[in-house]
Amino acid sequence: MSAPRTAVLALGDDALVLSHRLGEWAGNAPVLEEEVALANIALDLLGQARTLLSMAGDEDELAYLREERAFTNVQLVEQPNGDFAHTIARQLYFSAYQELLYERLAGGGTDDAELAALAAKAVKEVAYHRDHAEHWTLRLGDGTEASHRRMKDALEGLWRHTGELFRPVEGLDVDWAGLDEEWTRRITAVLERATLAVPEGPRSSPWAAGAGRQGVHTEPFGRMLAEMQHLHRSHPGASW
Amino acid sequence: MTTLLPETDRGGGPGAHEEAFDAAIAADERIEPRDWMPDAYRATLVRQIAQHAHSEIIGMQPEANWITRAPSLRRKAILMAKVQDEAGHGLYLYSAAETLGASRDELLDKLHSGRQKYSSIFNYPTLTWADVGAIGWLVDGAAITNQVPLCRCSYGPYARAMVRVCKEESFHQRQGYELLLALSRGTEAQHAMAQDAVDRWWWPSLMMFGPPDDASKHSAQSMAWKIKRHSNDELRQRFVDICVPQAESLGLTLPDPELRWNEERGHYDFGPIDWSEFHEVLRGNGPCNEQRLDRRRRAHEEGAWVREAAAAYARKHGEQDGDGRTAA
Repeated sequence: MSAPRTAVLALGDDALVLSHRLGEWAGNAPVLEEEVALANIALDLLGQARTLLSMAGDEDELAYLREERAFTNVQLVEQPNGDFAHTIARQLYFSAYQELLYERLAGGGTDDAELAALAAKAVKEVAYHRDHAEHWTLRLGDGTEASHRRMKDALEGLWRHTGELFRPVEGLDVDWAGLDEEWTRRITAVLERATLAVPEGPRSSPWAAGAGRQGVHTEPFGRMLAEMQHLHRSHPGASW
Repeated sequence: MTTLLPETDRGGGPGAHEEAFDAAIAADERIEPRDWMPDAYRATLVRQIAQHAHSEIIGMQPEANWITRAPSLRRKAILMAKVQDEAGHGLYLYSAAETLGASRDELLDKLHSGRQKYSSIFNYPTLTWADVGAIGWLVDGAAITNQVPLCRCSYGPYARAMVRVCKEESFHQRQGYELLLALSRGTEAQHAMAQDAVDRWWWPSLMMFGPPDDASKHSAQSMAWKIKRHSNDELRQRFVDICVPQAESLGLTLPDPELRWNEERGHYDFGPIDWSEFHEVLRGNGPCNEQRLDRRRRAHEEGAWVREAAAAYARKHGEQDGDGRTAA
């Protein structure tokens, strides 16, 4: 049985959009080792996105020719890079979620053999992404006063986009409440080690229109897509 | 660390060491970090390796300029991997320079303050997607022509770093060629984009081999030390000879009306290079010199708090810091 198109698109869009944001770091990272690491994570995610989007149709048509409202990635991944702490906080929240989700998809959370195989392969990559983000969370949280403050601001600023991660994705047989619980447990443990507090405050927007999974995005996403899609759209029908 | 001792501080007298060094060079043996070497040999290598490392990291910018606009996901993956390779090359090369007693921080300072150079080619802008292809085909092609002989350079760590760098560069060159081929065989607009890029990148690529032999101030000594194996003009000719048939296969022309096969020489003749442009760009007046260096400095300055945090954390917890080095 194959997973519904909406499910593979949602996961594919998450990976595509976060990969794009990480690609924006190229040439701007704080240290050369991070140029390599951030590009590595971006490439892993792009690889996942290509597999997932190809399960739903033509990868380039889906990436380059859909309008903003047709993208169903969570809002967390489209958030601008901000400073390095924001990028790490975004990665920490997302990788912890993606690792748990892929573990479940690889272990019976989907009847789709192709999706299960992708999840089984990708979970190893994501474990590295999570590990990388955790290490930096520790260094920034327990580094200097300035880095602690920046990391705290980043974690708090992105907190409102974390609730959306646990809204059920149609067609995936996952215990979403259990996923949320495990995610919260893991994030709490890392933040404690990093001498940081778990942010307080709402984890989602009260807006009835919904969020990323419903195609409702944040303002910076439109500009991101404009940049990403403009060349492809400027040459209709061309091959590259 | 023996490597940090100046030549005169060693026992046995400089004469004996120098003889051993000269004999090793003559026998085509490798000089290793702990071997005695003349100060000038060390200084030449540090300067050259640092300039090479700087070129890799500055060279990320013109191509990274297109990552967010790559027109297909396949091209985007290839481009990201290529830019990542360049960061990796920077890492190996700074490490190779460290075996000579230099530190990465000190070399970066020299780059940021303009006391050390990077390849002038990166002071040209990438204006269209086809420039990504032209850089791969021509710029990486010229780099390979320059660098393959460095795999046999007399200094071991540099030579070994170059083996890996050249393998990756060869992939970069092929992806550039393949990108241009797709454009050349694509729509009229794509073909024109490819031709325009080749028109703009051809002459600067020829300048990458450096000034003509009679005007190159470092060449003779470097060749005697077997750091350099072929002259600038020899390498430039080799590159032209490789490119002309490739341009034909691409269905693109090279912007030089004097380019023609010379039966007698067994090489292609080519027109005069505008060395005044080369010297102006070298002097800092190229289209992107300021932009490239500003961006590099900004990334470094904006990252200072991150490096400080990593070092502070390492001091507290006794781990390696964010630069991968053990904290003091």
